[in-house]
Amino acid sequence: MSLPRISLLGTTALLFEAPGGLDLVTQQRIWALARIAQRWPEIREAVPGMNNLMLTFRTLPHVLSTLNTRLLQAWNEAQPMPLEGRCIELPVVYGGEGGPHMQDVVNHTGLSIDDIVALHSAPTYPVYALGSHPGYCYLGGMDPRLATPRRKVPVLSIPAGAVSIGGSQTGVSASAGPSGWSTIGSASMQFFDPHQTPPAILLPGDSIRFRVEKVIQ
Amino acid sequence: MIEILSTSALATVQDLGRLGSLRYGVGTSGAMDPLALRAGNLMLGNDENAAAVEIPVFPFQIRFTADCAFALSGADCAARLDAQTLLPWSVHQARAGQTLHLAPPQSIDAPALLRTSRAYLTLAGGIDVPDLLESRSTQLRGQFGGHEGRALRKGDCLRAGEPGIGKRAVGFGIVPPAVDMPLQVEGMNAVRVLPAAQYESFTEDSQATFWSEPWKITAQSDRYGYRLAGTTLIPKVPMEILSHGIVPGVIQVPHSGQPIIQMRDAQPSGGYPKFGTVIEADMWRLGQAPIGSQIRFIKVGWDEAVAALAQTQDWLHELRRLIELQQWSHGRA
Repeated sequence: MSLPRISLLGTTALLFEAPGGLDLVTQQRIWALARIAQRWPEIREAVPGMNNLMLTFRTLPHVLSTLNTRLLQAWNEAQPMPLEGRCIELPVVYGGEGGPHMQDVVNHTGLSIDDIVALHSAPTYPVYALGSHPGYCYLGGMDPRLATPRRKVPVLSIPAGAVSIGGSQTGVSASAGPSGWSTIGSASMQFFDPHQTPPAILLPGDSIRFRVEKVIQ
Repeated sequence: MIEILSTSALATVQDLGRLGSLRYGVGTSGAMDPLALRAGNLMLGNDENAAAVEIPVFPFQIRFTADCAFALSGADCAARLDAQTLLPWSVHQARAGQTLHLAPPQSIDAPALLRTSRAYLTLAGGIDVPDLLESRSTQLRGQFGGHEGRALRKGDCLRAGEPGIGKRAVGFGIVPPAVDMPLQVEGMNAVRVLPAAQYESFTEDSQATFWSEPWKITAQSDRYGYRLAGTTLIPKVPMEILSHGIVPGVIQVPHSGQPIIQMRDAQPSGGYPKFGTVIEADMWRLGQAPIGSQIRFIKVGWDEAVAALAQTQDWLHELRRLIELQQWSHGRA
């Protein structure tokens, strides 16, 4: 079995990468490791990514190897932590004006629009991590047949609620901004409110189901 | 207390950044030159994390609508309070009705190496905007924080935390950190870099080039990131990386082979190969590097990076001591 990898992000943070590919059980161990490391006094924040964990420093560890050893030991002991999250159902209008890149996904996958909608709306997607922009959820579990490479030229701005595919991942934009992913539909939901605690509506362990509201051919 | 008179956009309210909400997808924001922000706050007796106005586009003008002490730091902008010329990195008392004017940063009489690009206007008690997720910095992507979650516009009014005529000493200045702690290679501004996870995955030629050649900060550079131009960096094999947390200072190399340094408004996650990370101690140097200028990278290890941070802390410590002395002699006068 290959070993986890620890690397530095300058003097601001370190990055722990779990061995192997993306799957829910590994991600549940990442969540467990995050919960442990968040309690360490030199750590400001433990930030789960996809199959990895970033730790930002509150104070600089003078000897890095001590922290690395403690981290590896915690990983070895970390048990998958299934979080009992909420499941949010999100109505989506697929295709049309709100899904300007549907045709690109059709062209790349060779599937029809109806097939794409059926495959995309079938699973319950667990929220693996948050990142990119406030409230944005990285989701696991997209059907691999839908995988479409990132766009060669990123789109300058896609609106909040854009449902899009990037490589083997899918997600919903929480606010307008640039994106290299292909947008296949649109949903309306407020994912983030800085006045709430926590500010993000969905957290790791929660999940999303896309309900087909309409398909525009 | 102050009213923005300039139409030039992009000035924002910033403190030292929103450091604890990365796991909600919230990037740090914060001052591009955190040392200038701290210095401005110290001169006024503020909390070092108090919010100030970061000004990247000139000329810039404001009017004081009430008496208020203020400090200027960062870029040297030949500041004038009405007709009075002000030195850079100094603290003053403004009266209601006075106008503060900042000109484009000057390079005359200063070596080109000391050209800078961002000025900070700090008010007594800090800029009074709401604290959201433990910071007053403007989160542009999330459209919250700072002043209404956006860049300042003509007509905007900002309040100071402690307006009026203060009891503290004003009318003194300090020596900028670029003079006290210069860092150059062959006449170019330099920053120190710790190699990151994919450093070894680039060709040996690319690794050598990165440290030995100048990198131009292109016009496509802003608070989100600095896009650099130089010799193309080539990976040994193409890489696919899962999305993970990143921080300001991370140097990503997208498919074009031209590096991008993540700056304060960068998103908190990414998946491009990481060549290295500019160390925290040198982010202020980068924050002041003008568009079009060339920079050099210096390779360091962990111990040197830690020592660099200690040097910055020593500089701040000495600054606090000097300012205390100033206040002490003011109290006796």
